[in-house]
Amino acid sequence: MLDKLLNIDRRIIFAVLTTIVIVAILFPMGLAIQISEPAKKLYREIESIPPGSYIFLSFDYDPASMAELDPMALAVIRHSFRKDLKIVSLGLWPQGVLLGQANLEKAAQEYGKEYGVDFVNLGYKTGGIVVISGISTDLRCIFPQDYTERNIDELPLLNGIDNLEPFKLVVTFSAGDPGVRDWVMIAQARYGKKVGCGSTAVQAPAFYPYLQAGQLVGLVGGMKGAAEYEQLVKLPGLATAGMDAQSLAHAVIVFSIIFGNVIFLLKKRSSSG
Amino acid sequence: MIQTVGIWVAVFLTLCIFSFLYKDNPFYKFAEHLFVGVSAGYWAMYSWYNVLLPNLGRPLFIEHELILLIPFILGIMMLLRLFPKIGWISRWPLAFIVGMTSGYYLVTFLQTNALEQARATIVPLQNINNIILVIGVITGLFYFFFSTEHRKAIGVMARIGRMFLMIAFGASFGYTVMARISLLIGRFYFLLGDWLRLL
Repeated sequence: MLDKLLNIDRRIIFAVLTTIVIVAILFPMGLAIQISEPAKKLYREIESIPPGSYIFLSFDYDPASMAELDPMALAVIRHSFRKDLKIVSLGLWPQGVLLGQANLEKAAQEYGKEYGVDFVNLGYKTGGIVVISGISTDLRCIFPQDYTERNIDELPLLNGIDNLEPFKLVVTFSAGDPGVRDWVMIAQARYGKKVGCGSTAVQAPAFYPYLQAGQLVGLVGGMKGAAEYEQLVKLPGLATAGMDAQSLAHAVIVFSIIFGNVIFLLKKRSSSG
Repeated sequence: MIQTVGIWVAVFLTLCIFSFLYKDNPFYKFAEHLFVGVSAGYWAMYSWYNVLLPNLGRPLFIEHELILLIPFILGIMMLLRLFPKIGWISRWPLAFIVGMTSGYYLVTFLQTNALEQARATIVPLQNINNIILVIGVITGLFYFFFSTEHRKAIGVMARIGRMFLMIAFGASFGYTVMARISLLIGRFYFLLGDWLRLL
């Protein structure tokens, strides 16, 4: 019996997990979401920026990480537009440009914002850290055109903007490299800009030291972080909706780990006895 | 219409990939190979139109910015590795890249990831978080101190350091599980919402 339980077909676990996720999505229970301090820090930082100021957003992800990063990007954009902040964005990942643009347009429609006046998407340039370094000193040299190949001199939002100096905050939504580390190394360490980040859960633990050292002003990690941010701005979205499924799936995994270990110990005891 | 076709294609490929959870099969293989091929094609075209043409092609051959001859020649040298007899020439541009990147990163990397982090551990021991932080850093460093045998006091410190490392790995694994479940949830939102219209 113990042997059978120890060698349980992994497909049974997959099936249980899948069923739990589907049921939780179809019949939401509205489990409570505790808001963590790192997410609050980013919220407070954006909240403290005076209306009309500029913030810089970097969409450094691709469709593989959409489930985690799209909701948090949308929540931060909505928060910024609600605060009447001007957004300039780019993508250090090529596909991030259009994903970011979709979120910008969605939020712009809700808050009546206009492209070129309230927000601009500069597009993608290869180079990662070199791009950040370049725009920190001469944005127009690196991006003479926006993502639609329109000359940036024609965009009123960018009048008098030559580098990162006027931006009160940089927020990167990052799924890997180039991403958070590069923004911290160049924009924060070299040019003294405040940097916040939204990151996939996989890499979030690596950025807590930056947060503790004050190199990041806030950190939103994974779908849970996105749900927290949606709660903070009081605009529940996809991340909040996914939290029931996330919590229940975690419960199944925790139960499986404990169950597996108990069976293993019982087996060990019966073999030694 | 195009959107509907797109959704059906995405659903088919999603299910092909999910089918691997049962066992390896031709549908999974098909989706995997398709992904690799499409990605390679996408990147080739993207690099040509968004990297090479605007950054090198147009400025060099139309606007005659002759300084760009240097990266152009280095790029050609890099491609010579395709020819075994003169492949060694590609080591020169590689050496340039390695040297330039190391020089560019060295100072900033040290400042950001070593000096700033070390500074952040010099904290007043007034609360439990700071105490745990300092103990974790010191004992963790002892674990990676290999010049003496890990015995007696050093051994105890190293063992405590190892415990801190294990807790860090556990937290990291927990976050990884969370990320993977998030991706699963994202796919099911697509299947149940965009495809089956149940949400």
